[in-house]
Amino acid sequence: MNPIQRAVSLVCAACALAAFGVHAQSSTEQEIEKYRQQVGEENPAELWEMRGEALWKQPRGPKHASLEQCDIGLGPGVVKGAYTVLPKYFADTGKVQDLESRLVTCMETLQGLTREEATKNHFGSGPKRSPMEALVAYITSESRGIPMHVSVSRPEEKEAYEIGKKMFFYRAGPHDFACATCHGHPNLRIRLQDLPNLTDPKDAQRAYTTWPGYRVSQGEVRTMQHRLNDCYRQQRFPEPGYASDAVTALTMYLAVNANGGKYNGPAVKR
Amino acid sequence: MADPMKIRARMEGDLVEVKVLMAHEMETGLRKDSSGKLVPAWFIQNVTATCNGKTVLAAEWGPAVSKNPFLSFRFRGGKPGDKVAISWVDNHGDKRTDEATIS
Repeated sequence: MNPIQRAVSLVCAACALAAFGVHAQSSTEQEIEKYRQQVGEENPAELWEMRGEALWKQPRGPKHASLEQCDIGLGPGVVKGAYTVLPKYFADTGKVQDLESRLVTCMETLQGLTREEATKNHFGSGPKRSPMEALVAYITSESRGIPMHVSVSRPEEKEAYEIGKKMFFYRAGPHDFACATCHGHPNLRIRLQDLPNLTDPKDAQRAYTTWPGYRVSQGEVRTMQHRLNDCYRQQRFPEPGYASDAVTALTMYLAVNANGGKYNGPAVKR
Repeated sequence: MADPMKIRARMEGDLVEVKVLMAHEMETGLRKDSSGKLVPAWFIQNVTATCNGKTVLAAEWGPAVSKNPFLSFRFRGGKPGDKVAISWVDNHGDKRTDEATIS
């Protein structure tokens, strides 16, 4: 074999390997998709939804009141479709609020809980269960099938969107990382996990409309705030405050990018 | 007390398809907590399903079954309107029974 022939055969071997690599990857993705479909058929998040519905109607706190009169976006007591308009500006607090922040407000005003009591145990773990995760699961499940339509018509809402956008692209920390590092380009993945490009409406819709989700690896329903905390943890940033304006702003940016997408949560996540 | 199960039962041809979601920690007894201590085993040991009082499924489970287990099975002999009841007993002796109507 002369050197040229050898080079050609080596190149061909490389082609074959590359082709095999591509094939193996796509069939792995298909298998993962199959797995997602199977676990998606019966989603343990339904257990949280049931618990959340009971909590919504159960009188709690010093005022012994339920949350049924809580205005979470479409007027007092309206749960159906409310998640698809959040975050939004609320005149009574004079702030843009997301679902979790709004629930804290209602627990304070309707039930008479302090902010500390309302936000303690916001992320559950095993037998130490979180009322917040259950309530969020119930309320979001009532928006299934309804398209996201978050408004930025008010100046406060526009401002929250702009702050959220800035946060999304803000690079800092020991790794000089931003949200956009992973979620600002098409077709990226970490190991087997596809990374949605959250600046692209199609990807943003698919990602945003499936949170909150039941995380199989944690055996819990996790809220949007938990998901964002996880991103900040991986960026080596400090943990954002629970139900803080910063988290609401970032959620606002993501929600607006996902406008038009049919809400389909709580989903099953790895 | 344990949380309720979510049960769906519907006819699929002449078979009844039952899907059950149970809320349970299902601790294997092998996991350690953050302080390094073993988390004691806590899992569902016996599951039974009855249709109008007649047992159609009896299972012995162990710690290998996942947290918040999902059980799906089919049986013959049920009809719409019949009651399907699922019961479990865990290794603490806790139990839970829930019922659904076949649709």
